[in-house]
Amino acid sequence: MNIVVCIKQVPDTTEIKIDPVKGTLIRDGVPSIMNPDDKGGLEVALQLKDKFGAHVTVITMGLPMAEAILREALAMGADRAILLTDRKLAGADTLATSNAIAGLLRTLDYDLVITGRQAIDGDTAQVGPQIAEHLGLPQVSYVAGVEYDGKNTLTIRKEDEDAYQILEVELPAVLTVLAPAFKPRYMTVSGIINAYDTHEIEIWGADKIDVDEKKLGLNGSPTRVKKSFTKPQKVAGEVYEVTPEEAVGLIVSKLKEKFII
Amino acid sequence: MNKSDYKNIFVFVEQRDGEIQPVGLELLGKANELAKELNEKVVAMFLGHNIKNQCQTLVEYGADQVICADCPELKDYLTEQYSQAIYQIVQEYKPSILLFGATTIGRDLGPRLSARLTTGLTADCTKLEISEEKELMMTRPAFGGNLMATIMCTEHRPQMSTVRPGVMQKMDRDASRKGEIIDFHPTFDTSKFKVKLIKKVKAVKDKMDITEAKVLVSGGRGVGSTEGFKTLKKLADTMGAEVASSRSMVDAGIMPHDVQVGQTGKTVRPNLYFAIGISGAIQHLAGMEESDLIIAINKDKFAPIFGVSDLGIVGDCHKIVPLLTERLQKEIQEK
Repeated sequence: MNIVVCIKQVPDTTEIKIDPVKGTLIRDGVPSIMNPDDKGGLEVALQLKDKFGAHVTVITMGLPMAEAILREALAMGADRAILLTDRKLAGADTLATSNAIAGLLRTLDYDLVITGRQAIDGDTAQVGPQIAEHLGLPQVSYVAGVEYDGKNTLTIRKEDEDAYQILEVELPAVLTVLAPAFKPRYMTVSGIINAYDTHEIEIWGADKIDVDEKKLGLNGSPTRVKKSFTKPQKVAGEVYEVTPEEAVGLIVSKLKEKFII
Repeated sequence: MNKSDYKNIFVFVEQRDGEIQPVGLELLGKANELAKELNEKVVAMFLGHNIKNQCQTLVEYGADQVICADCPELKDYLTEQYSQAIYQIVQEYKPSILLFGATTIGRDLGPRLSARLTTGLTADCTKLEISEEKELMMTRPAFGGNLMATIMCTEHRPQMSTVRPGVMQKMDRDASRKGEIIDFHPTFDTSKFKVKLIKKVKAVKDKMDITEAKVLVSGGRGVGSTEGFKTLKKLADTMGAEVASSRSMVDAGIMPHDVQVGQTGKTVRPNLYFAIGISGAIQHLAGMEESDLIIAINKDKFAPIFGVSDLGIVGDCHKIVPLLTERLQKEIQEK
């Protein structure tokens, strides 16, 4: 089985702080990591490889520095790594990003494509399903369990608000995976050596992928960020020192004003 | 694409096991506000099986039209079945705006459709507005909530957005509202159906997770005892709320850990948070300051909780809470 795992390098958003004076994000010194849901997705692929034998390719789109997460993925046990990096891809929204990645996937052999549910920098959860649509593949999102019959069908546990569903999906397919369900393995020493000595990271430009160039980058992006801002600090409301009866009156009128009662 | 061909605000109203999901009604409420500014109609898309009798409910909550696709293929949500049906509705009716709840369904369906329709989708919006140029402005959090971004989709139609549940306000139900109900019969390409639903499992919940509650009545040291929390529970019951607690009352063994709000407990953002007898240590504030409306009652007028509250009452919670409960019971009965 050929499995392609799509991964993304993201700033560790738990480490991001806000400049209290300028009201902007402080990104300096914030570590870049493999997006947690994507790492869960890689673990799914490696578990299938352990059990059934599979060739696992990891791909990412980003700046040249994103090579770091591909090395990490190789050290965990992936077999091949491709970095798609090109100025033509800059400014892509989710649709343009999914077009680029689908374009890359069209040039590869795959039975299963795995992405994380969402990346912690954007939290959109859109690129996985959009890739599936571009490639005409079925998708299952919010994946928390995967069983394979060894032939053509995956049995999936999909989490939802009520609890979960069991779904069957025919391969080839796209899964978007939840990190907490799949604890990623550590890199091994031999894996790390392999990642640097044996494996090459393949660096691809936009000319190598199979997609109409008009669909890429800023030009291929239907959405535009009009403005971004940090959340305004909350201003304290009124404080009253009144009798209990008056207090009740104040509370009730506030609840009515906010349509709560 | 000619933008002027696209009109009206379409809302995907989710049902699960035939039950209309609240976020759908919230979106109808918001769509109504937006529709007034655009002078357009609000149209609900309602998909499922044996659901037709519920269309009037959607009218009463703000839909001017309901496009109902009622067939066995749409009984349970499956990506491809729903995508085909909605794609056909969009092709036929050409909406300018298309809204979904940011649920596991909306966040699965929205991106699939945006790619099929070749248009933009903005995820998890917390604010929707209309610009002077009559375009949709969609505001959403990013970077783990550290940053807000306003996003527009001016050159493509429809403008698509998923909206977080619990953020928008549904309208008061109005039984006299009139609307048009349209039967829609999608044609399915069943060769594309590659996913089968084997079973659905629902968790049995004896009480609600406090992170899901719309209203929380939270008590601290000032409440002081199991007896004190019983009066909070009465207040909570009148409003369909849940009771939560600060750390001190959990450490004292008065309340269980799963209702603790704060850094070492849970982070909540209900529509309304009552902080009763809670001084407001920074660790507590970190867990609740995102609540939409905060009402604090505390004896100490210098308590830090008043720095984040929208309404602060300096007073004795043991006197105020029973009075408030009584008054709210009356208000709600009269309604």
